Amino acid sequence: MTYINEQLTEVNGLTLHTVTTSKFKTNTIVIKMLAPLNAQEVTYRALLPYVLQRGTKTYPTSTSLRQHLDELYGATLNVDLAKKGDNHIISLRMEIANEKFLSDQSPLLEKGMKLLSEILLEPVLDGEAFKEDIVVQEKRTLKQRIQSVYDDKMRYSNLRLVQEMCKGESYALHVNGELEDVENISAASLYDYYQKAVSTDKIDLYVVGDLNQEQVEGYVKQFFTFENNHQPIAEEGSKKAVEEREVIEEQDVKQGKLNIGYRTNSTFRDDDYYALQVFNGIYGGFSHSKLFINVREKASLAYYAASRIESHKGLLMIMSGIEVQNYEQAVSIIREQMAAMKNGDFNDQDLEQTKAVIRNQLLETIDTAYGLVEIVYHNVIAQINRPFEDYLQGIETVSKDDIVKVAQKLELDTIYFLKGKGGNA
Amino acid sequence: MTNPIRFEQLQEELYHEKMDNGLEVYVLPKKGFNKTYATFTTKYGSIDNRFVPLNKDEMVTVPDGIAHFLEHKLFEKEDGDVFQQFSKQGASANAFTSFTRTAYLFSSTSNVEKNLETLIDFVQSPYFSEKTVEKEKGIIGQEINMYDDNPDWRLYFGLIQNLYQQHPVRIDIAGTIDSIAKITKDSLYECYHTFYHPSNLLLFIVGAVEPEAILKQVRENQQKKEFTSQSEIKREFPNEPNEVYKKIEKLSMNVQSSKCLVGLKAKNPNRTGKDLLKYELSMNVLLDILFSKSSQHYEKLYSEGLIDDTFSYDYTEENGFGFAMIGGDTEDPDKLAEQIKSILFKAKNEGVDFSNFEAAKNKKIGAFLRAVNSPEYIANQFTRYAFNEMNLFDVVPTLESLTQEDITTILNEAIEEELFTVCQVVPK
Repeated sequence: MTYINEQLTEVNGLTLHTVTTSKFKTNTIVIKMLAPLNAQEVTYRALLPYVLQRGTKTYPTSTSLRQHLDELYGATLNVDLAKKGDNHIISLRMEIANEKFLSDQSPLLEKGMKLLSEILLEPVLDGEAFKEDIVVQEKRTLKQRIQSVYDDKMRYSNLRLVQEMCKGESYALHVNGELEDVENISAASLYDYYQKAVSTDKIDLYVVGDLNQEQVEGYVKQFFTFENNHQPIAEEGSKKAVEEREVIEEQDVKQGKLNIGYRTNSTFRDDDYYALQVFNGIYGGFSHSKLFINVREKASLAYYAASRIESHKGLLMIMSGIEVQNYEQAVSIIREQMAAMKNGDFNDQDLEQTKAVIRNQLLETIDTAYGLVEIVYHNVIAQINRPFEDYLQGIETVSKDDIVKVAQKLELDTIYFLKGKGGNA
Repeated sequence: MTNPIRFEQLQEELYHEKMDNGLEVYVLPKKGFNKTYATFTTKYGSIDNRFVPLNKDEMVTVPDGIAHFLEHKLFEKEDGDVFQQFSKQGASANAFTSFTRTAYLFSSTSNVEKNLETLIDFVQSPYFSEKTVEKEKGIIGQEINMYDDNPDWRLYFGLIQNLYQQHPVRIDIAGTIDSIAKITKDSLYECYHTFYHPSNLLLFIVGAVEPEAILKQVRENQQKKEFTSQSEIKREFPNEPNEVYKKIEKLSMNVQSSKCLVGLKAKNPNRTGKDLLKYELSMNVLLDILFSKSSQHYEKLYSEGLIDDTFSYDYTEENGFGFAMIGGDTEDPDKLAEQIKSILFKAKNEGVDFSNFEAAKNKKIGAFLRAVNSPEYIANQFTRYAFNEMNLFDVVPTLESLTQEDITTILNEAIEEELFTVCQVVPK
């Protein structure tokens, strides 16, 4: 059975991915722009998509652009940024009604693609620069976005773990850029950066929905004309020597946040990646996992205790919220459970149960258009061609031995604890 | 053979059956989807804290947070945890408690029949013990602490506490560490038996399913079980004055950015059915005209640095309470509050610019199409609508029939000084 009908075409300097499916009542268009993470450019990249969504030559103000989107039956437009391995990815997303379900039958997909191309390729300008007032406003919002992470202690402690763990590596850079660099960006320097980005980023365009592949290709040829010579995708840098570290920070919060990072020494493109996924599922990915059972259900220490994998960087990150005085106990349970994994202390039922849940999760992810795009985009970042069906099959064939082998590659890197002052200690 | 209700334009079909014991069951097949999503929901939430327990005559008041505590405990059985059972069957399970509902759910791409059986059976077979009730207090205590550190949650709840003087909507859904200390296994059973009768439950299944087979399965499952017949549950809510409780509250927290929400309390929130649907949609269209990204006001507030992309607005109403909330992160919480209020009063006094009225309605229709891509949205919202005697699939026709007069009527009634409050989170 084919779950994802993805067709790849090289068109005018970008890769077009069309996914035909009749299960949605809308069509989804996603532009992915990829470049290596680096300190000089990270803040420019973080600002750029927000400036682009402020206006085009045809719709030069936010209000006129948003009114046009309203006229297209409330097409949604949003942008965001992600770190995948040592790459920094800008996404521009649009979701637009399929006119099949409307009394008005005007061709919305074509209008949507035209608009998205204008947002990327014909931004509103002031000579050889973006408009000054837009840049000033978006710099202000960017600063607020960067600062907001300090107000959400779960996000904050996760960020702090990554900063401590990956010190000196590009992955330590903040996905939304660095506060101290925002001020130095001008409307002209951002425009220079924009020109560089559209000519050297690797650009992938996804169109998902009940559509005609040739028609979509025609729209792309018509609307997306640009020269593009993209730079190579960043591969994992040389491996850092891992040394166990403990970082403790104190703040005025009720609940302590415990975040622990391991190096997995295995990434998406490796053969043992499937085993790593199943490992994570048994260890901390789900509510039947060792962390949830032992930290929450048995010891009653936390409301949440979970782990997740950064697939392209090769990190496993554990997170939990606990009382300050339970720090030692929580850390020792987490360590014991890791040792249990390395010793193969789990049974066939754990294995089968976890595989079934992962399979379920993957199949559910492709029931949303954005989830589907995220899944298939992994291939672009890892520069491999792994069909979704192989992924499912790969999970299925993982054995207990495979998991023990991959577990033994894991190295504890950093324990970060945001210690609360308050609470019920 | 059950005849489905057809929604031609959306190309959807909804199957419905009321079981002999009063349980309402709905099935919406979704072609092409891998996933099946099912919710089993009781019309019982955090506001239901005064009621006459089953087979008794007198009103009781139960500890704050008990509906949510019960939600946690229902997953535990004599032989272990139901989460385990679901994951053995490849499903993920979850639950949530709101002001008015407690929902149990699973989603899965295989073993749908088994998972559905597990869902129905675990909700219909409570098992509470002193020991596990005590242990849960530690876990929920951490859940409460987590929310206490979350400025957005504190802001949201702070606003509701400003709006309401008496109504239990002002009580935190999870309760407090002190209030949950009073919960016992007996009090959980009392709430359970009162509110989890089939006639107070709704089962919604959406996804890759065959409706006839699913309905048959549910019918047979229910026929195996014995239920006493139950008359309508007596709940009691205090009289709530029109005026808000407090005009402003500033919460000092360990944050870097300030946050501000303006609340507008609903006058006479006793609407149900089509009236409620029309009112809710009109209010949301009004807020959209005034505050959406395509409005002049948004552009102005944004360029003045008073709002950023966290700015949002919403109106919701049910069971005796209702409110609009408008706001987000801001550099100047006092000025933002003043501007939001003045936009609303200006609209009332000088009228609204209706030039984009049709576009605003179309936008909502597009949003509805987007939403019905999501099995979660359909199941959760359908249930909420049904508990308020509304039909989710009436949204598009109701939107299409809205007139400018509907919006103007609302403006004249709903905007009054005594109905406004402000809540802010500011750095310590």
